[in-house]
Amino acid sequence: MAPVAPYRRYYPGTQPNHLHPPYVSSIKRAPSKPLVYLPHTLSEVTGPVIGPEVVDPKTCDLTRQHPGEPLGERIIVSGRVLDENSRPLPHTLVEIWQANAAGRYLHERDQHNAPLDPNFTGCGHTLSDSEGRYRFVTIRPGEYPWGNHYNAWRAAHIHFSVFGPAFATRLVTQMYFPGDPLMPFDPIFNCTADEKARNRLISLFDWETTIPVQALGYRFDIILSGREATPLDTHSHGTKS
Amino acid sequence: MSLQATTWQTVGPFFKIGLAWLYQDDIAGPGASGDRVTIEGRILDADGQPVPDGVLEIWQANSHGKYAHPDDTQDKPLEPGFKGYGRIPTDDQGCFRFTTIKPGRVPGPDSPSSEKKLQAPHLAISVFTRGLLRRLITRMYFPDDPANHEDFALNLVEPARRPTLIAKKANNRPNTLEWNVILQGPNETVFFDA
Repeated sequence: MAPVAPYRRYYPGTQPNHLHPPYVSSIKRAPSKPLVYLPHTLSEVTGPVIGPEVVDPKTCDLTRQHPGEPLGERIIVSGRVLDENSRPLPHTLVEIWQANAAGRYLHERDQHNAPLDPNFTGCGHTLSDSEGRYRFVTIRPGEYPWGNHYNAWRAAHIHFSVFGPAFATRLVTQMYFPGDPLMPFDPIFNCTADEKARNRLISLFDWETTIPVQALGYRFDIILSGREATPLDTHSHGTKS
Repeated sequence: MSLQATTWQTVGPFFKIGLAWLYQDDIAGPGASGDRVTIEGRILDADGQPVPDGVLEIWQANSHGKYAHPDDTQDKPLEPGFKGYGRIPTDDQGCFRFTTIKPGRVPGPDSPSSEKKLQAPHLAISVFTRGLLRRLITRMYFPDDPANHEDFALNLVEPARRPTLIAKKANNRPNTLEWNVILQGPNETVFFDA
């Protein structure tokens, strides 16, 4: 075996702490003891390979999973999956889930009294293409109230789950929409100390992917941890333009 | 100029909508060699309350100590169809259950002599729940394995906390192990920065 090339650790401040008291659910669930630093081994630099044999290409269109059209504003959500070295991550699984246009999830524990939509499940997945690109057709999710504190509302968001090439590159995050007035008041959006890192969770309105008369486009690039350079691997980790 | 990794956000309470299609509690599949074992446990919070909205992801080698991944270039056999991947939700009582085979030993970190010591058999595990702003990373080791005492990762942990990473044999139930994930408190599971 060649030496294991570890993945880069997150830049300080750019990730949420486990304990973020304004998000009340973190108080009883965040670990209280320091994490134990684990050097990367073969166990961390490898990871699940989910391939086209399990991914139904139709599931990337969340507006065509039922006989009728879902209510709400059709949108295109697309972007690229890249690593920190700006390299595209091809053929990696991207999963999303979200509320419907009224702000209601198709889930037995969602007690919000907004209507369910018989034509919308809110689940999609796809593989990035050979250049790391992904694309979903969906509807814009509604904002919704939650029980975190008095008059608490979640900013509109879409949940994303991405594997990348290794156990170490796993990411689950949420994508937000530009101009949403609830973001400054949402403790989940605000759980990351670094403002620039936080703001990268906001998608960009995108004319290029907007389809005339059909759907507005939003762009959301996803960056996963990149490899550290190792002595044997310096050529492939040269400066990127 | 390098980019900066996207920040984590919680899976929230409704992840089942997006993640259930890939739930997998039979990690080895039918064709894999090795000792079959069932692993059962619960995810518990700081008050010992069950966590009914959690999900584990498992990553493991096959019984020969080979990962089903292109970066594992070891000259070891890999059964066709072996994935080594699991995704298991907790139920209303915070319980999870999955079956697999005991993995073989895989190489550890590079040592100064550039020889790799083998690690003890283990599962790499991600824990996701509502309330966790990002995943927790832990490992599960197997009881009574003679390699545990020389495993580099176990030896990074203070001795009093190592048992949180080692499953226990279930009473009167052969080939069944018990292992709990305790998110916070005196018996808190060891979580890694990995």
